[in-house]
Amino acid sequence: MKIPKELRYTKDHEWVRVEGTVAVVGITDFAQLQLGDIVFVELPGEGAMVKAGESFTVIESVKAASDIYAPVSGKIVKVNAALADAPDLINQDPYGDGWLVAVELADGSEPDGLLDNDAYTRLAEEGQ
Amino acid sequence: MALKQTPLYGIHRRYGGRIVEFGGWSLPVQYTGIKEEHQAVRTKAGLFDVSHMGEIRVEGPDASAFLQKLVTNDVFQLEKNQVLYTPMCYEHGGTVDDLLVYKQREDSYLLVVNASNTEKDWDWLQGNVRGFAAKLTDVSGETAQLALQGPLAGRILSNLTDAPVGGLNYYRFMPEVAVADKKVLLSRTGYTGEYGFELYCRPDDAGDLWEAIMDAGQPLGLLPAGLGCRDTLRFEACFPLYGHELSADISPLEAGIGMFVKLDKGEFNGREALHKQKTNGLARRIAGFEMTGRGVARTGYPVWAEGECVGTVTTGSYAPSLDKNLGLALIRAERAGTGQRLDIEIRDKNVSAQVIAKPFYKREEK
Repeated sequence: MKIPKELRYTKDHEWVRVEGTVAVVGITDFAQLQLGDIVFVELPGEGAMVKAGESFTVIESVKAASDIYAPVSGKIVKVNAALADAPDLINQDPYGDGWLVAVELADGSEPDGLLDNDAYTRLAEEGQ
Repeated sequence: MALKQTPLYGIHRRYGGRIVEFGGWSLPVQYTGIKEEHQAVRTKAGLFDVSHMGEIRVEGPDASAFLQKLVTNDVFQLEKNQVLYTPMCYEHGGTVDDLLVYKQREDSYLLVVNASNTEKDWDWLQGNVRGFAAKLTDVSGETAQLALQGPLAGRILSNLTDAPVGGLNYYRFMPEVAVADKKVLLSRTGYTGEYGFELYCRPDDAGDLWEAIMDAGQPLGLLPAGLGCRDTLRFEACFPLYGHELSADISPLEAGIGMFVKLDKGEFNGREALHKQKTNGLARRIAGFEMTGRGVARTGYPVWAEGECVGTVTTGSYAPSLDKNLGLALIRAERAGTGQRLDIEIRDKNVSAQVIAKPFYKREEK
């Protein structure tokens, strides 16, 4: 199970990569393993506002639909359109090609409050 | 309530199975992945632990007459070493369960019932047996069951037994054969829409039997297969799942399995109600549909047609063999014709769908 050092995490198994004022968001390797084969992603629209802790999209595996919660607040400025035809990118490359959305941060310091690699590793290991 | 474990629980853990709760049992939903396991069963073979299924023995001079009264299919047509698939109904036509009836002797049958219905079925059978010279025994605890399913199932099995498994016809069984030196009841049945077998054995033999089949099959592409793909496989073949397409509230006629209801066989539980349903025409039925808009239908989602709620999704899923999002729904009969347009309500939004023919998948007969 991969947990990259440079990312920030939530207890709900989303990750955040800060690039200037924008946070790229996805779900972790642990999350995609738990979900299993992903067959559908309900992509939000660009320009939509998201609020930390609230569901902003739904990922469907073969078995079930799962809410995905925004790790940070702000405006969605980009959506990974490739997921419409290839939702399994999330299984194959959860931290790369399987990213979900990019969020223009309402508060640039908000990601600092998320879990770091060590804290998330402990959480994921407990969850296994 | 503590979850029950099959004799293969340890093996599932060892094979990397992800264990979930199902009908009161701890069972693997998947090992390597639902899509991969699904594909293995369609193209090569998969091995399932279905030891959670319930088994009830019915014996005695009136065993045949008793079963004929209880189930909707015609038990009297059954030959020795033949299997019958049949619904079992309440007087009002709703379904108690759907089950397999194995005729072992003229006066002895084995019923294989859904795990989550075992207790209910037992009570129902006991409650109906008065007046019949028939004895019921719950043998679930002394019976384990494996399902070896897929086009290579016969080849794998023939490496482990001298029995002529290739000559065993659909819905026939061999009452006692040695497979990997274990005594099994071998039956040409399954719940996947593929060629395959189900093997009933003693719980103590289940682990060795599993390992022997895996050893023989792995070089040919056999994978251990979990409940996740068991559901997608049966769904594509449009086999009803109790609690979804069949229930106390859904009759076998509504479920579209009227061919297993023999209204002219004589008196049986539910006959009058089912006969009436058939004569008057069905008000609702299970229809298959394909999502034409973007979305995955799931059990319980409302179904709409021209602004009117016409029913509910009973099973919805991505269908791996067809690479489409499909569903089964219990809807008003006048909306169930092939080609009719529906809307599936997914998270407060209507997404378009269209009624298509069942089954979604049918294997090519060789």
